[in-house]
This record gives sequence, structure tokens and C-alpha cells, in this order.
Amino acid sequence: MELFKIKHDIPFMRYGRITTTISLLTFILAILALSLKGLNFGLDFTGGIQIEVGYNQPANIEAVRKVLEDQKISEFSVQNFGSVKEVLIRVPMKPETNDIQLSGVILAKLKEQDAGVVLRSVEFVGPQVGQELFESGGLALLLVAAGIMSYLAIRFEWRFALAGIIANMHDIVIILGMFAFFQWEFTLSVLAGVLAILGYSVNESVVVFDRIRENFHKMRKASIPEMIDNAITTTMSRTVITHFMTQMMVLAMFFFGGEALHNFALALTIGIVFGIYSSVLVASPIVLWLGVSRKDLMSVKKESAEIDNLP
Amino acid sequence: MQNHFPLWKNSLVLIVFMIALIYALPNLYGEDPSVQVSSTRTEKMVQEKAIEIDSAIKAAGVAVKAFEFKDGRVLARLSNTDDQLKVADLLRDKMGNDYTVALNLAPTTPAWLQAIGADAMYLGLDLRGGVHFLLEVDMDAAVKQAEERYNDDIRLALRNEKIRYQSVAKDSGYIKVKLKAAEDKPAFLSLLGKDFRALDVTEPPAQDEVWLKITEHEEKEIKKFAVAQNMTTLRNRVNELGVAEPVIQQQGENRIVVQLPGVQDTTRAKEILGTTATLEYRLVDVEHDVQKAVDGHPPVGSRLYYDKEGQPILLNRQIIVTGDQIVDASSGMDQDGRAAVFISLNGVGAAKMGKLTQANIGKPMAVVFIEYKVETRMVNGEKVRHKEKVEKVISVATIQGVFSKRFQTTGLDSPQEARNLSLLLRAGALVAPVDIVEERTVGPSLGQENIGKGINSNVYGFIAVAFFMIIYYRLFGLFSIIALGINVLLLVAVLSLLQATLTLPGMAGIALTVGMAIDANVLINERIREELRLGMTPGAAIYTGYERAFATIVDSNTTTLIAGIALFTLGSGPIRGFALVLCIGILTSMFSAVMVSRALVNFAYGRQRKLDKLAI
Repeated sequence: MELFKIKHDIPFMRYGRITTTISLLTFILAILALSLKGLNFGLDFTGGIQIEVGYNQPANIEAVRKVLEDQKISEFSVQNFGSVKEVLIRVPMKPETNDIQLSGVILAKLKEQDAGVVLRSVEFVGPQVGQELFESGGLALLLVAAGIMSYLAIRFEWRFALAGIIANMHDIVIILGMFAFFQWEFTLSVLAGVLAILGYSVNESVVVFDRIRENFHKMRKASIPEMIDNAITTTMSRTVITHFMTQMMVLAMFFFGGEALHNFALALTIGIVFGIYSSVLVASPIVLWLGVSRKDLMSVKKESAEIDNLP
Repeated sequence: MQNHFPLWKNSLVLIVFMIALIYALPNLYGEDPSVQVSSTRTEKMVQEKAIEIDSAIKAAGVAVKAFEFKDGRVLARLSNTDDQLKVADLLRDKMGNDYTVALNLAPTTPAWLQAIGADAMYLGLDLRGGVHFLLEVDMDAAVKQAEERYNDDIRLALRNEKIRYQSVAKDSGYIKVKLKAAEDKPAFLSLLGKDFRALDVTEPPAQDEVWLKITEHEEKEIKKFAVAQNMTTLRNRVNELGVAEPVIQQQGENRIVVQLPGVQDTTRAKEILGTTATLEYRLVDVEHDVQKAVDGHPPVGSRLYYDKEGQPILLNRQIIVTGDQIVDASSGMDQDGRAAVFISLNGVGAAKMGKLTQANIGKPMAVVFIEYKVETRMVNGEKVRHKEKVEKVISVATIQGVFSKRFQTTGLDSPQEARNLSLLLRAGALVAPVDIVEERTVGPSLGQENIGKGINSNVYGFIAVAFFMIIYYRLFGLFSIIALGINVLLLVAVLSLLQATLTLPGMAGIALTVGMAIDANVLINERIREELRLGMTPGAAIYTGYERAFATIVDSNTTTLIAGIALFTLGSGPIRGFALVLCIGILTSMFSAVMVSRALVNFAYGRQRKLDKLAI
């Protein structure tokens, strides 16, 4: 079976202006969502207490609420989680909640109320830990970006490195923007997903860049936009199939992985969808726009060959 | 013969496959819920005791799957968790303080696999249930304590050297020593040079003063020591709690991770881990007036304390024995049915106690309970955690006769408190207070569910990918899927060999690796198709397809590897597990996509003389 039997190269570069406009627009929207709504940070970053309990019968939310009110907790939320039998209690970090024993007290009270209650999980994150996660998360993002850029710069050329990283940062911002817009919870695992996408999505650009470089050698008579169009067209089948496969695994996580993997899979999905778009329709126009020429890539090749030949 | 692997390459693929199979195998065997009993004393458990335990379990009518006695440890494997809890309760009652009874999940790996070092992956707390704590050692308190110690030591040294001083006091980060006469200063300075090398000396304008500060190097040492010492104490305490396979690790400069698999009673665990409680024994000062001290004029050699009812009491400044001199402690009831702690002292402590009780028969002695309490207050709109040393006189008793090594202390609120205190005394005190800054508890039912979810995501995802690959690329799709399967096998084998901890994010990592690893095969297959379209012969197409795709595969995997490594170095806990799986998965996928699938393709097509068509 073959889905992509394309006879002629699709003139992607001719649509460069349109695609760049589209991505610029989504990018601006994402930035707007981020700055106006902000991310809905999970417990890992904000600190606080999160208790998940399970009942044998549909849970009485009001009764659970009462237990928390009796503890004189000023701010909290109680909601069903996963099913009607499960309840998630969240208490944000406040001076009076920075008490490691509080979760134990709440559980004991719930047990008094209904002996059938089962503890599923308790998480307590102190304020100092959340702040650090924040910083190390940001640092990881920068480190990954810098690492990938330098790899691309060594392997290809600085224009490719710049284009690749802009395309991927664009993906990251869109993922974050979506999370901000829909107020999905941004947890530690979502951050991990975002960073993984950063590495994964660059693959796309790498595959296309590899082809562009190959075409510089093979298609001597073609113009640069033609070469890029050819590179995108020939790798298109692979791009779509690969993403489709990865997306299937991610969907399996989304549907079978439970609440814990839900948002992680969501972040990956957005990343994969926009990854296709950006690596093809954002990275390549930028390379073109930055003015890459045959000489740039050829000379890189030659230099390394010379070094190899040194005694 | 382009598409022919030399013998060594084929053998390599085969050998790697066999080894991976063997080392991944232990993960298929489950775990038995079991109860582990070991001695808390230095001498190991004897055979007779083990037989006693065995018969006790049998007498209770619980079916034991297997009963093992090895290295002074008893392991009773049971068929379900209900039996496990029943047996644990039974043994806890029966065995008393000298033994720890811990719940455990014992792997059922056959002996021949264990013999070659093949063990199952260690399941993380989110999969097996248990509690994870992150403790932060209060470094400021450790340094402050050291300052106090130097303060006392200097005073003592001055007295011993007969250098007269007006005051020795801590003030704005310095220990300020004011001498009686300025001409004593050289003698003091030489004393400092001799015995107090760890202090920086500053000479202020005032001729009779010397300011001292702990050197930076010494401060670092104090901090290092505080963490190391606290880890030892925590380890002892965890052992006392009865947890099989606990993890106690330093994280960063001042944090300690404590993981207790299978523990459900987190309230008690928190109490035991975080408490700084210890005891001190002091003589009661009966000569001076308590009221005067309450008004703010305590006598020189005494200090004012309060007992449990809040009544003031004067105690001698000099301590008879402290918690560090206690070598053993157990809890129980005294003759009158009050909760008591039975204490044994070491040689030094016993000698001191003996001498003192002999000289002071008929006089009252007090037991001081010391603990750090944490309070959070609002200061200028900001939360400030404040630690306060709480010292409480829990009992005052008249010395009836001479005693030294063994004695008892009463005055505790409940048997539970006596039990906790005896545990804390046995395990030793924390040299610096700790805060629990993070807790993650996972109940056993959720753990079991998480395993199911992780496995389901992987299995259903894999089936979907396999289905599509085979339809789309036919025989080459099948080869790709076999290679992908071997990739998972390799990944699991490497993780098992490394004895990595498998968590739910780790399982997500496996799923994601599968989803990404297929990329390499898609690249190869697409390339082969393309070469065929360009008119190459099938044999040449396979050859060129693999050759050309290889560079791209390396490039694209390298970028993911960079992300994985960054995540691993900067991430914490669950993220690290995910990153580790991702990194190893990328490496194994390069091998499986290029070597394994090629070997299969070569096996199918390489030997045909005349190759007309490829099933792609």
C-alpha cells in the first residue's frame, strides 16, 4: 500500500508567505493566551496538598467538603476524579497548610465519616520544592535548545540550526499556549512531554535538511526553492507515516494511561501535529529566507574532508 | 552479495537477542506478598527462632507458600495481601522490640536466573504503593549548634588556661570574647592558634576583645557532617519502622530522599522521621528559689524549665547524661501500669550516672524531653517557618538507690509516645532538625491500577502500530515490527540489568520510545521504495536504502538523545525515570532498526540469486 504517490514536487516555497503568516498568527495567539490567561500550574510547581480517595459507592462530595471546612482550611477544591467513586481534594499552599501532618488529619476524619474510604494517593509539595522545579525546568528547556542548535550547526550550518530551533520553539509556544487557553493543568509530566517533543520535533527538520543537503549535490541545475520543494515532497510520506505511528502510541496512552498520563499525552499530541507543520512549513522557508546557498553546505563538506586528510 | 551479513554480524544479532531474552525474562515472574522478620540487635536470628515463627504462622491457620531462613532473616511468602497483613500483625505482637517485621514483595525469579544476575526491574512507588519523602536538613540550625558548642568550649578552655574573661557571647554572627585585661590577649591568641584552628580571628579596635567566626571550610564540614549523620540516623529509624527495601539517598547538598515501599501508615512514618526528640537527665536545683528565676534572676549554675503542667522548676546546668549515651531503649509498663521507657547506657554514661546517684541519694532528678517544633508565622506578609526548641520536664523522681547502666523513665503521655521515644532513642538523634518538604504516597490499589494502565498503553499502542506497518509495508513492515519488538525486549533487558526503577512515566517512556523508534524503519522502508521507483534493482534498492537512511537516523536520534540527557541531568524523581528510558530506548532502537531488521531482510532476500520483486 502506498498513500503518497506524488508525481511532481509540490511548490511549498511558493506558499511561504501564507504559511509563515499562519504560523505567525497562531504564535501570536499562543503568546496572548499565555500572557492573558497564564498556565494553570499543577501541584508540582505551586506547592500544596492533593489527596485522592476512593469510595465503594458514588462519593458524597458535600460530606467531604464539610470535613475540610471543619479543619478551618480557607481555600480548597473537592471534585470527582476519573469516576464518581473517586474524589480529588486540593489544598493550595497557604501558611496554615504548610503542615506535613494535615493530610493525615484529613484522611483520619474522612475515615471516621465513612470507613470504606480508601487512600489512593497523597501528594504534598512544599513551597521551596516548587520554585526549584520551575527553575530547573526552565534551565532544561534552554539546555536542550542550545544542545540541539549546536548539533545542527556542526552537522549542517548555522542557518539550519537557527531555522530548526525557531520552528521548534514555535511548537513549544503553541503547546504552552493551548495549555494556557484551555487551562489544562500543567504538571511535571507535561513539562517532560514538552521537552521530549523539542527533541523529537527537530527530527523532522533534520530529515528535511538532510534531503536538502543531498539535493545540493544531486540537483545541480535546480534553483534553491526547487531543491527545497523536492526535499519536502520526497520526505513527506515518511514524515506523515512516522508521526502517525508515534501518534498511535500517544493515543494509546491518552485512552488507556489514565489521569496520570492524560495531559502528558495531550502535550505530545499537540506537539506532534504542529511538529509536522512547523518543520516543513516554518523551518524550510526560514532557511531560504536566511539566504542559504550551495556554497555554504559544500564548503562545510570540503573543510571536514581536508581535516580528515591531515597526517 | 550486497545483502549478505558476515557470520559475525548474524551471530551478534542472535547473541544479543538471546542475552536480552534471558535478562528480560525475570520481569515476567510476579512477586509474592511476603513478610520479612529480622533482628534489630547485632547478633543474628537463630534457627530455633525461625522455627518458632514458622509454627506460629501455621498455628494461626494461614497457608504459607514458602518459608525461607537465610542470613539471619526469615521470609514467609504468602498467597495474598490479606494473609500478608494478618501474618505481619500476628508477628508484630509476638516478636516484640528485638525484631522488625516488614511487609515485602519478594520476586519469584527462579534460582537459575538469579544465579546469573538476572533480576526483575525494581518497581517504583507509583506502581507498588508506598511513600516518598523529601527531607531538607536545616543547615542554619546545624551551624548555630556548632557555634553554641564553640561558645561553651572557649569558655571552658579559658577557665582551664586561667585566662580571666568578662564575657563570651554570640553576637551578630561572631563569638565575641571580652577579656578582663588586655595583656592576657597574647595568651588567648596562642590558645586559639593551638586548639581552635577552625575559627577565624578578628581583632576589633577594643584592645581587650577578640571576635571569632567559624571558617568557611569548617562550616562546609559541619554541613557535610550534619547530612551524613542525619542519613545514618534516618536509616536506623527506618529499620526500626520495619520496611523492606527502603531507599535513603542524599539529593543535592542538603536534601535526603526517603522511600518506603509498602508503607501505608504515613502519619507514624512522618512522626518518626521528622522528630528530633531526645532526653537529658539533670539534677533538680533545690537550693535556690524558683520564683526569683521566674522573675528574671536565675542563679548562675541553674536554668529554668517548665514541667508538663506548666509549673516552673530549676535544674542544674550540668547535664548528667544525654541521649547520645543511650545504647538501648525499649518501651513497656512499669509496676504501676504507667507507660515507661527502659533505658540502657553506654560505659561512660553508666559511670557518670553511677557516681552521681551515689552522691545524691534522696535528691530529686529530672528527665528533660527535648524536641524541635516547627511553626509557620506571617512576618511582613511572608510565610516564615520557625523552628523552636521545646524543652519540657517530663518527670521528676527522687533518687532511691544507686543505679548506673539500666533504669526506667516514666512520665510519658501514652504507651504510643513511650514506644516512639524508645524507638527514637535507639535510632539516635538527628544532629540537625529536618523538614519534610515533599511527600508522595500511593495506595496499593492505585499502584496495581497504574501497572495495568502502563501495560495497556504499551500493548494497545504496539498492536495498532504493528497492524498498520504490516498493511502498509507488507513483509518489510513485519520485519520492522519484529525489530521493534526486539527493541522493547532489549530496552527491558538493559533496564533490568541496570536495576533501574520502573515508574509510570518510565512506562510512558517505553511507549513513546516505541512510537519514535519506528521512525528509523519508516525512513529505511520509504528510502527503499524510492530507490525502486528510481529504477534500481531490488537488491541494490535494499542496499542503498539502508545506507542512505543510516545518516539520517543517526542525526535525528541524536537530537532526541540531547533532549533526553538534559531531562535526565536536570529532572527529578519521575522525570529522571522517563528520561533514562528515553535515552536507553534511543540507543537500543538504533541497533534494532539498523542491525536486526537488516539481518531479517538479508535472511529473506539476500540468498536469492535473482531478485525480481520486494514485498514492500
